[in-house]
Amino acid sequence: MIDFILNNQIIKTSAGAGITLLDFIRDFQQLKGTKIGCREGDCGACTVLVGELVDNSVAYQSITCCISPLGNANGKHIVTVEGINLPKELNTVQKAMVDNFATQCGFCTPGFVVSMTGFALENKINTTCNDAISGNICRCTGYKSIEKAGFEIEEKLQQRDNNHQIDWLIKEGFIPNYFETIAERLKQLKTQHSEIESSNRVKVANGTDLYVRHADKLADENVELLADKKELKGILFSEGVCTLGANTTVTEIANSTELQALFLKLKKFMKLISSEPIRNMGTLGGNFVNASPIGDMSIFFLALNSTLTIQKEDGTERHIPFQEFHQKYKVFDLQEDEILKSLSFKVLDANESFNFEKVSKRTHLDIASVNSAGRLSVKNNIVTDAHFAVGGAAEIPKYLHKTSEFLVGKALNAETVKKAEAVLQSEISPISDVRGASEYKRLLARQLFYAHFIELFPSEIELNKLIGQ
Amino acid sequence: MKNIDSFTHVRGESLYVDDLMLRQDVLFGLCFDSPKAHGKIKSVDYSKAEALKGVIKIFTYKDILGENQIGGIIQDEPLWAEDEVHFWGQPIAFIVAETEAIAKKARALITIDIEELPVITTAKEAKEKGSFINAPRSFKLGDSAKTFADCEYVFEGETFSNGQEHLYLETQGCYAVPQENGSIKLTSSTQGPTAVQKTAARVLGVPMHKIEVDVIRLGGGFGGKEDQATPWAVMAAVAVQYLNRPVKFMLNRHDDLRMTGKRHPYSSFYKIGLTKDLKIKAFEVEFLQNSGAAADLSPAIAERTLFHACNSYFIPNVSTTVYSCKTNLPPNTAFRGFGGPQGMFVIESAISAVADKIGIDRRQIQEENLLAENDEFSYGQIATQVEAKNTWFSAKEKFQFEKLEDEVFAFNQENKRFTKGISLMPITFGISFTNTQMNHARALIHIYLDGSVGVSTGAVEMGQGVNTKMLQVAQSVLGVSANRVKIETTNTTRVANTSPSAASSTADLNGKAVEMACKSLIDRLRKVAAKMLSSEEKNISFQEDFVYLDAEKTALSWEELITQAMAQRVALSENAHYATPIIHFDKTKEKGHPFAYHVYGTAITTVTVDCLRGTYEIDAVKMVHDFGKSMNYAVDMGQIEGGLAQGIGWMTMEEIAYGKDGRLLSNALSTYKIPDIFSAPKTVETIPLETEGSEWAIKKSKATGEPPLMYGIGTYFAIQKAVKAFNPNYKLKFHAPFTPEKVLMGLYEK
Repeated sequence: MIDFILNNQIIKTSAGAGITLLDFIRDFQQLKGTKIGCREGDCGACTVLVGELVDNSVAYQSITCCISPLGNANGKHIVTVEGINLPKELNTVQKAMVDNFATQCGFCTPGFVVSMTGFALENKINTTCNDAISGNICRCTGYKSIEKAGFEIEEKLQQRDNNHQIDWLIKEGFIPNYFETIAERLKQLKTQHSEIESSNRVKVANGTDLYVRHADKLADENVELLADKKELKGILFSEGVCTLGANTTVTEIANSTELQALFLKLKKFMKLISSEPIRNMGTLGGNFVNASPIGDMSIFFLALNSTLTIQKEDGTERHIPFQEFHQKYKVFDLQEDEILKSLSFKVLDANESFNFEKVSKRTHLDIASVNSAGRLSVKNNIVTDAHFAVGGAAEIPKYLHKTSEFLVGKALNAETVKKAEAVLQSEISPISDVRGASEYKRLLARQLFYAHFIELFPSEIELNKLIGQ
Repeated sequence: MKNIDSFTHVRGESLYVDDLMLRQDVLFGLCFDSPKAHGKIKSVDYSKAEALKGVIKIFTYKDILGENQIGGIIQDEPLWAEDEVHFWGQPIAFIVAETEAIAKKARALITIDIEELPVITTAKEAKEKGSFINAPRSFKLGDSAKTFADCEYVFEGETFSNGQEHLYLETQGCYAVPQENGSIKLTSSTQGPTAVQKTAARVLGVPMHKIEVDVIRLGGGFGGKEDQATPWAVMAAVAVQYLNRPVKFMLNRHDDLRMTGKRHPYSSFYKIGLTKDLKIKAFEVEFLQNSGAAADLSPAIAERTLFHACNSYFIPNVSTTVYSCKTNLPPNTAFRGFGGPQGMFVIESAISAVADKIGIDRRQIQEENLLAENDEFSYGQIATQVEAKNTWFSAKEKFQFEKLEDEVFAFNQENKRFTKGISLMPITFGISFTNTQMNHARALIHIYLDGSVGVSTGAVEMGQGVNTKMLQVAQSVLGVSANRVKIETTNTTRVANTSPSAASSTADLNGKAVEMACKSLIDRLRKVAAKMLSSEEKNISFQEDFVYLDAEKTALSWEELITQAMAQRVALSENAHYATPIIHFDKTKEKGHPFAYHVYGTAITTVTVDCLRGTYEIDAVKMVHDFGKSMNYAVDMGQIEGGLAQGIGWMTMEEIAYGKDGRLLSNALSTYKIPDIFSAPKTVETIPLETEGSEWAIKKSKATGEPPLMYGIGTYFAIQKAVKAFNPNYKLKFHAPFTPEKVLMGLYEK
């Protein structure tokens, strides 16, 4: 049985845990406000909110329910557009959308409204309404009217009472009254709900990759849901090492204050990765075992010179350098009876710096043409340690052994960077595909390699010196 | 007035085909399509699929009782392939099963043996091989060949603009339900209900009155559902005819992307001649339209390319020819602008190429040649109420163009990491279906007993706000408040023989019909009121739900008047037919007056290119646009901003890719990218140029559907300027879209 709250209604269903939450909402519950646009998390027409009990309150975030297994709703509050409608009038978000003529054909609109309501509920600092709708595609409006509606909402939220957030949102007409009962009801639900039975199953974390390609198959399968496994969660700092559970989501990384302190541009980097709802679901482990040569998180953590912890079913563990994990195209070092447990890396010291770069056809919510990351230790203008990785330029997420080695011991200057770049070119072998011709990817790999140095050492390394102008 | 659909839109309560309550005995359809782009079908084995539990029947061309033909303009397209396939994704069979999941499993069990034939994917190759849809068309004005000799500057060049996927958020689909006596009701997501009805009747071999097509609304169309909503509805109808059970068929996104046509890619070759004082004296173009494997609307789209080949410029000697080239791609189709944008891209490219070679800014040539009153278009129409210069100079003045240009220059002097570019883009777009006989519409108005009003037209609401405009027309003519008026679904049994909602003309044509019908009703009611108030008809008017006498409000309410009218047995329903006067076009001479009027405007675009990464941001697009007298600025602004975004997408990131084998490579939303909120220009500003408008525009409110898309073309040239500012060695290329890949390659071109 899967027990959860859908809008204002308790659901107890024996439907398969592997069917998509989208199909459950539309076909089993006849809630048609959640639309089907692409079934691969790329349009946001099916955006819903997931509320989870954290301490004594409910933390909400948006997801695209087309690539989310129903089973992951267990014990949660799922909110569709119907669940934020007020009985007779429009809620504050809806009113802003109508007033600004931010809806035309209307098909994408419920997704936007849900994402924006999620923005109001999430109470995150330093994010904008635009960030919240980064996963919502609209083909009619050109977005400016939606953006205006968003500004109105942001302004309203300035006055928010953070101590009584839900009450305030109810009072201001953002959400219906029943939201105030959810925390209590989830607590009760939690005590009732039992683990989903599963045997001989396909392992699914949050599904952002598997459900894009295999939603039909997974609907019929016994899925083993990893999302709630506590041992796979968490970001831990201990003795100069940072350990992240394989189930850590991109959003959790982006919101980690410790990681933010470590990487000053962390939010900027993470914003380049997919979109808000996908970041809310996509896990580190998922990104690694997807084994795409262009996996953003793979590139990010390769350059951090990370180590993976892999656990066997019997509980024994082994550790391997992340560089050795990906072996060939979509082939990686993980056995049937093993699970990726966590990743760890040495915390950067005062001499070290890190940068992440990504270029895609569309800057956001797109897969990279080439992405790259670099971790560099420089003392007295001499490179003492270097780890670089590049994606989209080989059959695996590529750790640049030779380039990294080459840099060590060299003086940090344009000449060194140019020479290292020549080594980089000898290490990569991009192919031509929809993400770009191979010569473009080679050029882009060069540019992003340069970008690391220009970003990290702006006073020492300038573009014109590197390109000889 | 707010968009009348917006209340239910934001609440998720608006209904689309996929949201309809289904009959309990409903079945689900799925199309089996060709896995090769060209070949002879040797055999298809359906046996395993048919044996799957839950599969009801697999339909092929053999099950068609009427004609296996869905071609509109030219009869060259079967509903289901018989012995040959001509594009990857061509429908071959239709699986009907108890659930969609079963249908998908069944599809995977079908095996097909195709003897492959050579595949053509580009227009150039088709032309070389003599593969055409129909005979080429040519427009001619003056004598271009002779004039080149008198020109100071003569240049030739080649351009390419790629296709564009519509990416309506709602995919194609239909819900087909059997009615009595072999009738079928099709609820379709189509811009052309009559096209669906007519084609279904033909394929099923039944009279048109057996087919009822109902359209609630579309989750976006953009031309992609003008002709290409038809086959899916017809497939469902064939199944219903045979099974006498309801059939629902929604295309999933991958199938939709693979099986449907897109905006036509064009390869074009131009020759342009200018005098020393930069007057364009002669212009020749050969347009190669990549039409795909069947005609669809390609001939009409090719024609509009010729109509807009000179954009906003007067050129006295023009010779343009378009070839509709038959290739092995899905039949390409209507997309906002309908061939116009492809035409405009070529003249704008030619101007850039010339300016670059002469060493001046392109805007100097643009400005010298803007269309003026009484200039002749290459198709013989004389330009009147011309606002080309007005919008151009207004834009320059109101947005302080010279200052902007100086800022860009200064920025580029100081910066190398980033460069900026600026461009001007004027547009002139003709309003009317170029096929004169399609310029008509009807409206059916009922005033009910209680004074509420129902309005039916042939207009399909797809986000453009036409329902809001129809309501505004009815409400203002009848003098009643908005909440009294309801806009009904678009249904072929209420308004028949309609033209599709297309060509930016829907509000004009249907609005005029609504206006006429409402005026007739008002004339009748005026008589009733005059009698009741013991006055003369000429003194009676209607406002805000009351009868006015000599412009003074009376105690006689609209409801009371309607009650009286009923008692007097006055007809309270009215049907009106409107056909645009003045337009005509003679295809034998390729001359005439095809457009009711033109829409004008000018956009200024500034962009910033990141010269390290090859990415770019659009800083601002500032437009002066000729609305005539807009009847709903907010709705019209929505069209401007949305059209602009699509134009920018077409010119920048939207890149359709087919393999040499004719397989669509950009076959998912992960590989085909349309603008998101961050790729929208940071600033979009529109200043309405209020002009007299045209009497052929509804309430003198000019059409806004297609014209703004072409403002997006300015983006291409602004990016080009920024690239050139960084790399003087960059040789101008005219190969849209200008993707980050092309930008980076251009920045570092030696």
